[in-house]
Amino acid sequence: MFDWLSSFFTTFLPEPLVAVIIIVIKIVIIMLPLMLCVAYLTLAERKIIGAMQVRMGPTRVGWRGSLQPIADAMKLMFKEIVIPAGANKFLFIIAPILSIAPALAAWAVIPFDPEKVLADVDAALLYILAITSIGVYGVIIAGWASNSKYALLGAMRSAAQIVSYEIAMGFALVGVLLAAGSMNFGDIVEAQAGMGFLSWFWLPLLPLFIIYFISGVAETNRAPFDVAEGESEIVAGFHVEYSGMTFAVFFLAEYANMILIAALAALMFMGGWLSPFEGINFNLLGIAFNLELWFAWVPGMIWFFLKIAFFLFFFLWLRATFPRYRYDQIMRLGWKVFIPVTIVWILVVGIFVLAGLPPWWN
Amino acid sequence: MNPEINIAQYITYVFAAFSLASALMVITAKNPVQAALALVLTFFLSAGIWLTLEAEFLAITLVLVYVGAVMVLFLFVVMMLDINMAQLRAGFIRYLPIGLLVAVLLAVLLIMVVGPAHFGLEQFAAPTRHAADYSNVRELGRVMYTVYVYPFEIASVILLVAIIAAIALTLRRRPDTKRQDPTQQIAVKRADRMRVVDMKAEAKK
Repeated sequence: MFDWLSSFFTTFLPEPLVAVIIIVIKIVIIMLPLMLCVAYLTLAERKIIGAMQVRMGPTRVGWRGSLQPIADAMKLMFKEIVIPAGANKFLFIIAPILSIAPALAAWAVIPFDPEKVLADVDAALLYILAITSIGVYGVIIAGWASNSKYALLGAMRSAAQIVSYEIAMGFALVGVLLAAGSMNFGDIVEAQAGMGFLSWFWLPLLPLFIIYFISGVAETNRAPFDVAEGESEIVAGFHVEYSGMTFAVFFLAEYANMILIAALAALMFMGGWLSPFEGINFNLLGIAFNLELWFAWVPGMIWFFLKIAFFLFFFLWLRATFPRYRYDQIMRLGWKVFIPVTIVWILVVGIFVLAGLPPWWN
Repeated sequence: MNPEINIAQYITYVFAAFSLASALMVITAKNPVQAALALVLTFFLSAGIWLTLEAEFLAITLVLVYVGAVMVLFLFVVMMLDINMAQLRAGFIRYLPIGLLVAVLLAVLLIMVVGPAHFGLEQFAAPTRHAADYSNVRELGRVMYTVYVYPFEIASVILLVAIIAAIALTLRRRPDTKRQDPTQQIAVKRADRMRVVDMKAEAKK
């Protein structure tokens, strides 16, 4: 499709411009569904948490509340953006932008299929780490520029928390790149091929997988790690002073980050677009269960999206289940539990790889 | 002339111009937080320059380490400070001659060292551009763990010592502060905290 488009554009446009246009079209193809997913993730969150707490969730707008995200978006768009008198105007406006830009930019290297990726970079894993670490500036600048005590407290908490959990997250990713021998997501997924869900990295890297996901929850400031917002202690933390669209952009960033963390977990530990039944055939009571063949018609992208949905459900489940961590407990978990465990397990993975442990490294 | 290289050069110059502007902002900004944010921008733009110079690993590491971690902690501290800027600016005119002298000396020194006499295309030929499948990270790792393995290991040990020293400096007992011990909190039994009293109902008199 893109070959056809580029040949169409080259008939009347110069070559470099066509390349840019094609990239922009690809970006739009990724961004639009992502924004739609973000909108409907908010509905899913309210519905699922509602069901877990024996409530209905939103039911009024559209069929069983199915248009609720659209209504919310409309409301937020037409609300006034209030800028506090004592705020630093420029930084106050730029903070939400700084928080959503990395959340979207990270999607550049996420592959949806062996072929479907915007930028097939070699150092994709490093790029993801670098880009997601910039996201914290949105929170810090918002907290400082608001010129409000609660906002500043929220920003401080968030800065300390994100810096702490980034280390554990980075170490978990070191384990992945050690196991896959590459920082390219396509290669990482291919390294997990072979024996269906048993050959994915979640099993040999189980401690790193759990730590990665929990750190991901902490990085996105989601419950039970949402001390940056902490509505019961510091009102709403870094975004107390925000209203209307500027407020909404913070939430867009948070949900886009959630989807990103889920996608990364699916790619690095759950085999990305690989089918869970790959190479799984067995006989039971005389019937041949050739699961690989039965599910061969399912496109890889469907598996990938199902895995993302699974992790997103986990995010919501965690929020509905656990009370918020205390600040000192968060710091203790990050520094004294996660970092030592990851360092030890990196060593163990190194031994696994050297020993050629089947079925992952043979 | 290859048009692609022209565009890359153009992007490099744009990054360079913006990083100069933001570096100027670091020293001219009124507020220390704004200065720190300008420094963040400078780091980010220098990473952009490195990226156009085919040093992808260094560029990404610069963003990861300096922008993502070091400057966050830096901002963390700067935001907590209550600096009276008027007081800091008080002696500006008095110290201006010395400041100018130092600035001029530094500029002369820099021009002598990294001026066109020592650097530039006449002294060093432009490096050949690598193919698209060339992996900067792999090459760097290979050299670092074979040719330069001892300097690399020594540097990492020095860093480790520095980390331990920094932690040791902050480790001091303060008996006057109250803190919770999670192991004790977990080990608590019902009998330690509450007592069920068996008593008869009392009528209000």
